[in-house]
Order: sequence, then structure tokens, then C-alpha cells
Amino acid sequence: MKKLINDPKNVVTEAVAGFAVAHPDLVRVSLDPIYIVRADAPVAGKVGIVSGGGSGHEPMHGGLVGVGMLDAAVPGAVFTSPTPDPILAATQAVDGGAGVLHIVKNYTGDVLNFETAADLALAEGIEVASVIINDDVAVKDSLYTAGRRGVAGTVLVEKIAGAAAERGDDLASVAAVAEKVNASVRSMGVALTPCVVPHAGKPSFTLADDEIEIGIGIHGEPGRERIKMEPADAIVDRLLGPILEDLPFASGDKVLLFVNGMGGTPQVELYVVFRRAAEALAEQGIDVTRTLVGNFTTSLEMQGMSISVLKLDDELTTLWDAPVATAALRWGR
Amino acid sequence: MNLNVTWAEAWIREGARVIAEHRAELNTLDRAIGDGDHGENMDRGFQAVVLKLDALPAGSTPGDVLKLVATTLISTVGGASGPLFGTAFLKAAVAVGTVGDLDAAAVAALIAAARDGIVLRGKAVVGDKTMIDAWTPAVDAAAAARNADASVVTLLQQAADAAAAGAVSTEPLVAHKGRASYLGERAIGHRDPGAESTTLLLRAAAETAARA
Repeated sequence: MKKLINDPKNVVTEAVAGFAVAHPDLVRVSLDPIYIVRADAPVAGKVGIVSGGGSGHEPMHGGLVGVGMLDAAVPGAVFTSPTPDPILAATQAVDGGAGVLHIVKNYTGDVLNFETAADLALAEGIEVASVIINDDVAVKDSLYTAGRRGVAGTVLVEKIAGAAAERGDDLASVAAVAEKVNASVRSMGVALTPCVVPHAGKPSFTLADDEIEIGIGIHGEPGRERIKMEPADAIVDRLLGPILEDLPFASGDKVLLFVNGMGGTPQVELYVVFRRAAEALAEQGIDVTRTLVGNFTTSLEMQGMSISVLKLDDELTTLWDAPVATAALRWGR
Repeated sequence: MNLNVTWAEAWIREGARVIAEHRAELNTLDRAIGDGDHGENMDRGFQAVVLKLDALPAGSTPGDVLKLVATTLISTVGGASGPLFGTAFLKAAVAVGTVGDLDAAAVAALIAAARDGIVLRGKAVVGDKTMIDAWTPAVDAAAAARNADASVVTLLQQAADAAAAGAVSTEPLVAHKGRASYLGERAIGHRDPGAESTTLLLRAAAETAARA
């Protein structure tokens, strides 16, 4: 294993410290307890939005902190949910008196720790609402699993909820729009290679040279099936099928198409994927009116990508287009 | 014979030692059906607990030790294990109250309360391939030992043995909770790491009781 790290125990702290000096115009950080807040937090009278989760998915969530998006991000150890203490501290740091929304990806650890933090915040007199993101269609939502996972669709929820909070919506409205995005977005991913958690020093799983995992989770959790490598277009079609039939998306729908890199796949391949995904949607009469391509919800150095499709209406489109200024997503200001 | 705060502290220190000793093994179990960091996270939490035990005030009770373990695990472990083990120790602390000496009934109640705390948070049942598959047999064995008027040492040994068997029993199962549930049938053949760390902790309780 070769990684640009010092002591594996210090990876997250050192990365957050680096993030702070790289983006002083956008954020402030606390290293103990560890969290990142937008430079002008708390914003009086504005709903605060806090997300977080295990590290290793950068730029999600720290790179999404700033005007028009997240007020705070709480990074846990790599692939491990943060504990309640820093979540509470971040919640307090961004409370501008209008309440705080927690955006939580649906993993057992994240849900339990954010739930505990929300209880503690309520006890401190801060109104907290929570939205659980579960956009991954690879996992069947049933009584027999922990439910669908939250993956790259989380970025779209954070952008749109962030815009709603920025324009002055109240806590219930911001939570409702976040729920609406979650209900309207579907995602599925593929891994070509595994990732290596720094302190583990070994791949989280193994794939033969000619194998890929369809439906991969963002921590390397397996998905639907392991198959032989195929051309990009065939892989795109395998992912889009379950995504489109799940919502279901229909001819005439306006959508945002998001091709997300897992960290180790070059941009050139992401655009090869995007080309086919856009073409396949057009074949079905689905109108791609907004787009996003790049590494946003990564899985360390994993090669692979995920496709997310979000059904848009006028409200969501307006909020998507609203100005945003974060390290990873920036337009309109 | 009853167990006092000296035992409680010895139990947790021994638990921290065996978790550290088995850190890599727990990571390996977790890599098979989770994300490979269970040993890492538990070790980080229990090392933090040991540091706090060094500053345990004189006159503390077993309940104080359990409460200290609970708050420290909740604030240092992260993942699902932090809130689950943390809540287990918190409910155990509440169950033993402020008494200085724990008899067999109190220890059986301690184990049952810990299990109930985990169920409260994680909502798993036996057969879901989680730590509950170790905890519930341990609770049942402790209750049976209590009804048979066994000594507190025997009670803890039988609970630890039942937990160990319970951990093994997770191997052929499909998981219904936690990250392993995403694997479906591919989880079959792998032992649940949380059931294994539960066994290590209960074994540490039994061994330190035998030496008390």
C-alpha cells in the first residue's frame, strides 16, 4: 500500500487542518471536537444544515460547506460515522436561532450517532430536524436489510436544501425539500477496483483483474452482483435500468443527470460514461435539463463511478441553479 | 462471593487488553462482511476508557465504572458499535445502581440490561447475525445459572460460554441488520465481528471474576 499519509491515525485531522488553510475564505474548522463550518457561521435567522459521516468520501461533506450549501460538516474516522459529541458541537456552532437540519446517509452507525446528537441538541434547546438519505437502488429496501444506503444523491440533497435555507425557508420547509429530493433521486454504482482504508492497510475486498462489482456501496460494500468486465456503455445500461425502473422515471420527465467518480477513475472515463447515460435517457424520452460530472462522493482511491438521476420540477431546478460557494461546487457568485 | 468495584475495573482493563490483542482479528472479521474497522474502533474506545480509569475517583461503585465506559465509548468509538456498546454499558450501569457489591442476581441483571440497551437502539433480534446473537444466549445462560443458585463466577463463565457459542452460530446466517445485510447470501460463512467482541468482553468479565 502506498499512500500520501503520515500516521494513519492522523489522516483525518491533518486533512481537515489542510482544508482550513486552503479555504480560509469559505470555512473555519475545529480540530477537537472535529468539524468544519462555513466562515460566517452561525448565520442569524437562517436554518443551519449539518451533514457528516465517515471520512474517505471527499469532497463530500467538507468540500460542500459554504454559502448556499452546508453550514457544517462533521467528518468521522475513515468510513466510520462521527460520534455524537462533534455532531452536537457542529450543530451548536451553526444554530442561528432558526433550527438545524441534519442530513444523514442511511447507515446504521450514522443514523445512531446523529440520532443521539439530535437528542442532545434538543436538550440544549436547539430545534433539530433530520432527513435520512437512501438513494441507492442496489440494495433492496426490506425488513431484512438495514435499508437502502445513502450515496451520491446526498450531494444533490445538500445543494438543494442548502439553497432553500439560504433563501430563508423555515426548518420544516427545508426538511420537506430535502425529503422531496431524496424521494426523487435514485443512484447506483460500480467498482472496478477496491479501496484501501489507511489504518487497515489492505483492500476492503478483492476483485479479479477482469471482474467488476455492480451496485457497489461507497465503503466497498458489495452490491447486486459480481460480473466480468464489460465495455462502458454496457455497464452504464446495467446501472440505469434499475435506477429508471425504481422511481419510476417516465418519458417526458425533466431530470438532473449526475455521473459521480469514486475517486480513482479519470475524468475522461466519467465523460465516456456520461455520454452513454445521456444518450440512453434521450432514447427513453427523458429530458436531461441539468448535469453534474465529477468526483463528489468518493470511496478513497476506488476506481468506479455511480450514476444518479434526479427528477426535477420548477422548484428543484430553481434551487439547483441558486448560487453556491463551496470548495467543490461553485457557481453564481 | 460478590463482585465489587475492583472487579469492575479489572474487567474493563482486561477487556481493553483482549480487544487490543484481537484488534487485527476483529478487523479481519469485519473486512469480510463489513468495512474492516471493528477492531480499530473498539480498540480506540477501550484505550480511551483505560486512560479514564486511571483517574477514577476513590469511592466509586461498579455502576460508576460502567457509566464511565458508556460515555467514553459513545464519544470515541463512532460507527454503529459506539452507540450500541455505549448504550449497553449505560443500561448496565443503571441496572446495578449505586450498590458496592454485586451478587449473582445483580450480575445477571447487568448482562440483561446491557442486551436490552442494544436492542433498544439497534432493534436486532436473535438470528439477525449481530452482537445480539451472542448477548441473548449469554443473558439466558446467566438467568439459568442464577435460577440454579450458581456462584457469580460460574454464572459469568456460563454466560461467556453461551456468548462464544452464539458468536459461532452467526457463521451460517444471512445478516438482517447493519452493513452485512447488504451482502445477502454472501454473508454466509462469516462470523459477526460484534458477536465476537461481545464474547471477548464477557470472557474478560468471567476471567477477572475467577481471579477476584
